[in-house]
Amino acid sequence: MSPKFKKSILVCNGSSCLQASKVNLIAEFQAKLKEYNLDNEIQVVQSVCFNKCTLGPNIIIQPENVEYSTVTKEDIDDIIIIHLLNNKIVERLVYNQVYENSGSTKKQYRIALRNCGFINPEVIDDYIEKDGYAALAKCLTEFTPQEVTQQIIKSGLRGRGGGGFPTGVKWDITSKSVADQKYVVCNADEGDPGAFMDRSVLEGDPHSIIEAMAICGYCIGADKGIVYIRAEYPLAIKRLKIALDQAKEYGLLGEKLFGTNFNFEIDIKYGAGAFVCGEETALIHSMEGLRGEPTLKPPFPSVSGYLEKPTNVNNVETFANIPAIINKGADWFASIGTEKSKGTKVFALAGKINNVGLIEVPMGTTLREVIYDIGGGIRDGKKFKAVQTGGPSGGCLTEKHLDLPIDFDSLSAAGSMMGSGGMIVMDEDDCMVSMARFYLEFTVEESCGKCAPCRIGNKRLHEMLTKLCDDKGTLEDLDLLRNLSNVVKDTSLCGLGQTSPNPILSTMQNFYDEYHAHVVDHKCPSGQCKSFMRYYISEQNCIGCVVCARNCPVNAISGEKKQLHVIDQEICIKCGICMDKCKFDAITLN
Amino acid sequence: MDTINITIDNKNFQVPKGSSILDAAKSVGINIPTLCYMHLHDLNTTHKPTGCRICVVEVEGRKNLVPACATECLPGMVIKNQTVRVLNSRKTVLELILSDHPADCLTCPKNGDCDLQSMAQKMGIRHLHYQGEQSTYIKDRSPAIKRDMDKCIGCRRCLTMCNEVQTVGALSAINRGFMSVMAPPFQMNLEDSVCTYCGQCVAVCPTAALTEIDHTAKVIRLLADPTKTVVVQTAPAVRAALGEEFGYAPGTLVTGKMTAALKDLGFDYVFDTDFAADLTIMEEGTELLDRLTRHLNGDPTVKLPLLTSCCPGWVNFFEHQFPDMKDIPSTARSPQQMFGAIAKTYFAEKINVKREDMIVVSVMPCLAKKYECNRDEFKTDGNPDVDYVLSTRELARLIKQASIDFDSLDPAEFDHPMGESSGASVIFGTTGGVIEAAVRTAYEVFTKKKLHKVDFEQLRGMEWIRESTVDFDGTPIKIGIAHGLGNARKLLQDIRDGKSHYHAIEIMACPGGCIGGGGQPLHHGDSNILLARQKALYSEDKSKVIRKSHENPSIIKLYDEFLGKPMSVKAHHLLHTHYFDKSNHVEITKE
Amino acid sequence: MLTICENNVAKIEAICREFNNDKGELINVLHQAQHTFGYLPEEVQEIIALNLNTSLAHVYGVVSFYSFFTMIPKGDHPINICMGTACYVRGAEKVLDEFKKLLNIQVGQTTADEKFSLSSLRCVGACGLAPVVLVGDKVYGRVTLDGVQEILDEYKS
Repeated sequence: MSPKFKKSILVCNGSSCLQASKVNLIAEFQAKLKEYNLDNEIQVVQSVCFNKCTLGPNIIIQPENVEYSTVTKEDIDDIIIIHLLNNKIVERLVYNQVYENSGSTKKQYRIALRNCGFINPEVIDDYIEKDGYAALAKCLTEFTPQEVTQQIIKSGLRGRGGGGFPTGVKWDITSKSVADQKYVVCNADEGDPGAFMDRSVLEGDPHSIIEAMAICGYCIGADKGIVYIRAEYPLAIKRLKIALDQAKEYGLLGEKLFGTNFNFEIDIKYGAGAFVCGEETALIHSMEGLRGEPTLKPPFPSVSGYLEKPTNVNNVETFANIPAIINKGADWFASIGTEKSKGTKVFALAGKINNVGLIEVPMGTTLREVIYDIGGGIRDGKKFKAVQTGGPSGGCLTEKHLDLPIDFDSLSAAGSMMGSGGMIVMDEDDCMVSMARFYLEFTVEESCGKCAPCRIGNKRLHEMLTKLCDDKGTLEDLDLLRNLSNVVKDTSLCGLGQTSPNPILSTMQNFYDEYHAHVVDHKCPSGQCKSFMRYYISEQNCIGCVVCARNCPVNAISGEKKQLHVIDQEICIKCGICMDKCKFDAITLN
Repeated sequence: MDTINITIDNKNFQVPKGSSILDAAKSVGINIPTLCYMHLHDLNTTHKPTGCRICVVEVEGRKNLVPACATECLPGMVIKNQTVRVLNSRKTVLELILSDHPADCLTCPKNGDCDLQSMAQKMGIRHLHYQGEQSTYIKDRSPAIKRDMDKCIGCRRCLTMCNEVQTVGALSAINRGFMSVMAPPFQMNLEDSVCTYCGQCVAVCPTAALTEIDHTAKVIRLLADPTKTVVVQTAPAVRAALGEEFGYAPGTLVTGKMTAALKDLGFDYVFDTDFAADLTIMEEGTELLDRLTRHLNGDPTVKLPLLTSCCPGWVNFFEHQFPDMKDIPSTARSPQQMFGAIAKTYFAEKINVKREDMIVVSVMPCLAKKYECNRDEFKTDGNPDVDYVLSTRELARLIKQASIDFDSLDPAEFDHPMGESSGASVIFGTTGGVIEAAVRTAYEVFTKKKLHKVDFEQLRGMEWIRESTVDFDGTPIKIGIAHGLGNARKLLQDIRDGKSHYHAIEIMACPGGCIGGGGQPLHHGDSNILLARQKALYSEDKSKVIRKSHENPSIIKLYDEFLGKPMSVKAHHLLHTHYFDKSNHVEITKE
Repeated sequence: MLTICENNVAKIEAICREFNNDKGELINVLHQAQHTFGYLPEEVQEIIALNLNTSLAHVYGVVSFYSFFTMIPKGDHPINICMGTACYVRGAEKVLDEFKKLLNIQVGQTTADEKFSLSSLRCVGACGLAPVVLVGDKVYGRVTLDGVQEILDEYKS
């Protein structure tokens, strides 16, 4: 908080809240504060996702950290009068205590998101007040690049973009490449559907990324940084630009930083909607103005990357950890998490769960803690079925994995992966075959098309899954599906194809009975696949009123007046209109 | 040479350090199958997009299979080429590629000459386990090249040729994933693009996605028409390559057999484009000397260097990409067009055949020639000087269709008068040959002295850009040579920037010159074949009695009887041309 | 032949100049051009290729690779349906089908009256409101099948 203000009202500016709000809450608050003559004492700050998306719009009042949910324009007077002027809580807006006590915040531990929601991302002083740029100062003035790199290695930080490669080791390799020019690239092309942690960091704490990139530049010997960011993130772009300008103005970017000989500047390049650009060689080609197609590694970017110069690529969340590690020490960071996965991980929790939103938990937290303690359990009292981690590259984990401590290696061992941190919870109504098909549809659309197994293989996998969902599959198809999944994984050029069959393989492993049911019993156990539905007309209830036949859009129903009617299953498109129209409950769904 | 030790399938080998797994395996006699990979050694071009994934092998310690073509051998590397995992993966990937490829092999133009077909055969594919939607595209017929992208397997060799070697930029990968394909911008027809019809994409396409427009049927019909006098000319590079289609070793000269086959096919007159090549030297050489003399006399308006203009792919290239320099190349028509113009005037008169009753067919190593003969400026009242162009491959097909036993043919001679030629004209078929032929004549005309050593070794070779200074009896003449349009671009850029110091430059669109033309028998990535063809042409040159164009008696007679002298009004009318600006595709309007 | 007016050529030239006519900046140039013209018609790509000294084929290869770039002018009310996983799980596909049915167009198309265009996109980060539909900048959360017609009705007239 800037010193001149006594209090801050943080208005969640996560997309959910923003969009849930009928009005511009920030403007409304500002107008009201002016009315009450409080606008010089209390500031209104746009903030990022508080992980209570379902309850939005949410606000937090600082420094006391009181959270209010479902805030509307009409609540503003109460908040000002009761809370700000009389220091009391507006009880009706405090959202349910059960959620609080269940450990939603207790189990969480913020490192990457440490400042998100707590500072004004558009004010550099806010960041500086929270030790901002102290880490950079320390690195430049107290340590050699090698010493800083050693600290990052010692911290055990691994890349948060998906691969989990040790960050310090990557820096070390890049630092050893000899070249007249090197680059630091921040991968902010978050493409995993359902994951938005990188955007939140850039929207909520852009300076931490700038600071970390500069530290990285110092370590590897680069004086140029580039943020490759999705064009679909206008707010993140805007805030990043503001932050860059401010950093330049404060001399935290530019020449001779902190009086040393270290220079560093940062440019922005825009992604344009290609998931494959999350792969670092594809990302680099995209930055070069080319189609975002990957190339074979080696050579790794650390040897030959952007413009064929040594390039270190890390994603946003990875960078967000760096200043904290420098400030608090590698040992501190290494004390959090599991043996091989240190620190915390941000997840975007979504799906059939009560509390949807961003969370950050120490590595080693179990899925059960995430889903039940933080996520508040399954919606509508339904039964938990599976959780998909790692997005289209990951796999589905089940009931038996609930007590699995989450880290890079445990997830891989269980047939899924950490990925960038998408976490979709599914309940008993979700069909696992359809789910695999959904992910393959995504991969088919996002495959760059350069290598044959990914270009054609994923297409065939998707077609086979569609066949299964359409009640046209055979047992032989299941064998073919598994073989092709393995071959696509084994032979594809880049990470996209090497992981795209994971949703199939993991669901086949954990829910083979569902696949079996689709092809042998001709049933979709969860009832999601339409093709397996059969509408029947019951002999007892049908009075032959002909209403169903008249309303059937495809004339699948036949029968004389006052006679039993029959549905031709071949013609029926399962639209359900007959069932809606029948006044005698004569139509049943099987 | 440094070597390292590696293991392939449990056997230890010593291989050169830095070699790829593919090359290392090859050096010890293990052939790893490849599909998209292409290495044109003598042309310094390697294409390894690692896209087909057919060459995958297992490497101990690596999680996934790796492509052998682009993975470097490291000391102690343990490679497995024969495991079930490797074989199953290759076969499955090939099945995938086949599942998105029409299965019309029997009627396909590449039947028997298709890399995909032979791969399927090699791998023993008997059944496609994976089937589904196939990609379909509109077929595109340009005057020279046919695109049937249903048959594209995404190897991208065409892109390397079009964009990197030739820098034409007519093709690129478009869309993505299953919808991705190689196409001109906006999927426009090739005819509307900047394509030069050099045909290098066709020359490297492993399937029938890119093929030549086939004119054999039309020619067969005309041969059967008793009212037509059908004249054929054969370009120099054809005789050095045609034999390959009949099982002869690359570089076998089959001039006599080819002539005999053409006569058997029913052509009324079998002539040689070499005759017209000699004629080209007379015109182009005279133009060079004219510009040179004016330049040496201090005329500032004269344009130098003179650029050769016999290559139609090259002409298309500068019309599209360097229209501001269209007055620099020689105005001399290509040998093919000079031949057509003379055949339908001088020769037609001689044998008393009306222009419309004479058909001129060319056999060319080139696809751009198919386009060239269709240019309006080479037509008289709509009647083209050259009616049809067959590629070397099409001629081979014609001979096979006619059940001619090529092997047992007795060599025949070309007919007169347009079958007579000098050694200088034969080497038109290789890079460096045109300029060498020009120098042989220009030297004698310029210095008025006899040239004793006619072999200009310094102008020969395969390097992309070569240069040499020839001493014209005290006047140093600087000569540049480029083959491959990408290299031509470099020289052109220098001229545009005023940095060029040459007096004359020879440019050939295709790598190696016409011997590597888009209409030649497919080299399947073996650039040694080009070297063999080149050697064959120089040996034919050497075997000729007359080795300078201006000493060709038929040419001397042609000028005496018909043209007068080089660059005369009549010669200008029949043997020279002008060029067009084809760069504009968008019209800029006021409003 | 395609035509383009001087004014627009000048705009494109200015954009290219801003990026030093560097073809390595092609994607940034395309972003700016699409921002200026709303879409990337053939003639715009041609002028860009000319200014960046690269082939038109290359420009189109890039444009057709990235889903953010479009060669079709958007309707007055561009409709975007979020197909992120959270939205999918909550029925976004059915909502999309309903839009397709009611507008009689496919994804990536614009209605004949140029009023609506339909696209799907990946996760707008409003997972709490799934399924989510955007019409222009306006967001509709928890959209039901019946709600689709209601949304469209808002923009008819």
